[in-house]
Amino acid sequence: MRLKRLTFKGGVHPPERKELSEEQAIEALPLPSYVVIPLQQHLGAPAEPIVAVGDMVRTGDKICEAKGFVSVPSHASISGKVKAIEKRPHPVAGEALAIVIESDGKDEMSPNIGPVANYLALDVEEMKKKIQQAGLAGMGGAAFPTHVKLSPPANKPIDTFILNGAECEPYLTADHRLMLEHPNEILEGVRIIMKILGCKNGYIAIEKNKPDAIAVFQKLVNEAGDNLRVVALNVKYPQGAEKQLIKAITNRKVPAGGLPMDVGCLVHNVGTAKAVYEAVALNKPLYERVVTVSGRGIRQPKNLRVRIGTPFQNLIDFCGGLSDDTVKIINGGPMMGIAQYTLEVPVTKGTSGILALTSSETRIAEPQPCIRCGRCVEVCPMNLLPNTLARLVEYKRFDEARELGVLDCIECGSCAFVCPSKIRHVHHIKFGKLEVTKMMKAKAA
Amino acid sequence: MEKKWFVTASPHIADQESIPKIMYGVVISLIPAMLGAIYFFGPHAGWVMLVAVASAVATEAIIEKLMKKPITVRDGSAVVTGILLAMNVPAEVPWWIPLIGSAFAIAIGKIPFGGLGYNPMNPALLGRAFLLASWPTHMTIFKTRPLEWITHHPGLAQFLSKLSLYTPDPTGKFSLSGIDVITTATPLNVFKQQKDAILRFADDPSMTEKVKTAHEAISQLYDSYGNLFWGKIGGCIGETSVFLLLIGAIYLIYKRYIRLRIPLSYIGTVAILSWIFGGVDGLFSGDPLFHVLAGGLMLGAFYMATDMVTSPVTSAGGYIFGIGCGIITVLIRLIGGYPEGVSYSILLMNLTVPLIDRYTKPKTFGKVKNK
Ligand code: SF4
Ligand code: SF4
Repeated sequence: MRLKRLTFKGGVHPPERKELSEEQAIEALPLPSYVVIPLQQHLGAPAEPIVAVGDMVRTGDKICEAKGFVSVPSHASISGKVKAIEKRPHPVAGEALAIVIESDGKDEMSPNIGPVANYLALDVEEMKKKIQQAGLAGMGGAAFPTHVKLSPPANKPIDTFILNGAECEPYLTADHRLMLEHPNEILEGVRIIMKILGCKNGYIAIEKNKPDAIAVFQKLVNEAGDNLRVVALNVKYPQGAEKQLIKAITNRKVPAGGLPMDVGCLVHNVGTAKAVYEAVALNKPLYERVVTVSGRGIRQPKNLRVRIGTPFQNLIDFCGGLSDDTVKIINGGPMMGIAQYTLEVPVTKGTSGILALTSSETRIAEPQPCIRCGRCVEVCPMNLLPNTLARLVEYKRFDEARELGVLDCIECGSCAFVCPSKIRHVHHIKFGKLEVTKMMKAKAA
Repeated sequence: MEKKWFVTASPHIADQESIPKIMYGVVISLIPAMLGAIYFFGPHAGWVMLVAVASAVATEAIIEKLMKKPITVRDGSAVVTGILLAMNVPAEVPWWIPLIGSAFAIAIGKIPFGGLGYNPMNPALLGRAFLLASWPTHMTIFKTRPLEWITHHPGLAQFLSKLSLYTPDPTGKFSLSGIDVITTATPLNVFKQQKDAILRFADDPSMTEKVKTAHEAISQLYDSYGNLFWGKIGGCIGETSVFLLLIGAIYLIYKRYIRLRIPLSYIGTVAILSWIFGGVDGLFSGDPLFHVLAGGLMLGAFYMATDMVTSPVTSAGGYIFGIGCGIITVLIRLIGGYPEGVSYSILLMNLTVPLIDRYTKPKTFGKVKNK
């Protein structure tokens, strides 16, 4: 297999703005006085609380239990007292049930946490169970339960694992810092994952704008003599989208409506790989993660290690607060992240960044009529007709939207990024997807 | 204090393009050709362009005001329509021709469909078609020969010749006395008459000879491909200088406001077909370079067939559209009733765009064919 065309068709080149935070080593955010831990931080069924108001918990104690296979538990991220179990603002869902824990300031650890001897010799099922019990969900944004991804059906063997270090979203540098500061843990995570999958080919995919990270991994891989290859990807958004990444590296095309496993591939983000290592080798549940706090609205952009459930306000305060011309707060990157209406929302397992954007760097323009310039069509990495899809949804012609592949949209936002008419394609398409799914369910029933 | 943030859908950043930027980009790209028009045809050409733009903008503003709709003239699209309309009329038309043409383009060709983005056909070309149908004489008589106006201004002639922008014409090449029909015609016009004559007098060798002599005269009229290229020929205001149009086109391509697929396939098709079928001595005796350089092809191919609103959004669609325009243009030029076919071919192809878009939809990433 030759590795020549390390990119995909379509895509855009947004300004990277990574310089704001890429030099900032990861700092630990001081413990918050309280945390808000939503029952749903992953795709799938929400977890069920197993603590009651008034209970005392330690850091790393399980506080809610997974419900069904596609679900993960969550853990206390600080020690203290359960204050409430109630609806709270949620960065993705608007509002959702959450467990509020008031800190006792001691950060007392759960006794379950500790190194596991000879963890690589563990049984595969045992490893998966640990990963599930540690509450792992993809940390790149979509937050799909990790153990589910690691359990492909027997008829879909995985032969290729790809570590996604592309971090193609502008501004975000958390993965970049993780790769520089914790490469060994990440690699160990990769080895565990490959062992679970029993797959032979492993790729470490990093965009060329992070030459230092590429060098670090190249060196480590050479030394270890692993069956791993470091791949330098062309810088283009959305290079880190699973389907585009797989195409760039293996030249395989995930079928429309399919999953990476349909072409024998699996992709995990670097943060997830590190968490896999911690879950299996240290019995450490996912109660903290690294978050990039950036944007021109942030006085001192940083990369922070943060307890899950910490309100956005704490991170922003620690970074010097907001500038007066901040107009938008985003959970995630500027291309796919979600705008927030309050700083009370907590960091969740999927929060890769918190951005404060000023009016000069964000877009708040009234949509104009489509002038059919074709730019959106040109950049769509999924080869869709974004202008047509947006219009069909607007006219509520969902049947046609479905035929034109509205469900295949990966919501990367490239179309809206280049649109001179500032049309909100992703907004329309997301709505269209909901309606189409409803329609299909109604038909099936 | 809370809730002051904007909560709109992703993405939250965008590149710098906007409708006005694109439209004024097109205007900028047309500046060389506009200046060239004034140079070749005199100040009157300037007035024609000014009236056309003013009329387009005013028509749009007035109608929108009457309909109590937001006034959109600032987006620049009416300005573009005005300029393109002016570029498609002869330099010496009376002032009310561009006035009516632009008003028609906006009032009939654009607003009733819902304004910018919704019009199925290029408004400027629709305006021109209307003018041609209503006042054919004004629209087909080209009184002014290029640069002739300068001879009436000795001071200016002297000044321009100092800048080597003008050579007084001792050979009288531009007067061509004795061949009246040629003196007021565009090269394509003459080509058409010649071809018709050859067909009509096919059995009369003496006539064919005469026509062939006339052909020599045409070549004198444009003298060389060079004159066609630089623009020293009769024609509509904006279509004569291939050179100046290309400068603007390069700018548009550089800014990525147009893609090469439409102009290339359009011009290529015209070249190939006119080479095969355009000659008087059988197949493959045509003069493709003449057909490419003469008339409104360059203006049409780079500035009007590429009109975003009225051309396909898909890449394959662009090629089909261009080839379609090329075929119709050559058909009209060679066997139709008009000497020039660019406007009509683009207008006709405009109507096929929804169909082209539908059938050239790119295959969704990962889509298997039979599903
Ligand atoms: S980029 Fe915007 S204006 Fe251009 S075709 Fe797409 S939706 Fe229309
Ligand atoms: S239509 Fe979907 S996949 Fe295509 S560019 Fe837009 S958001 Fe991305």
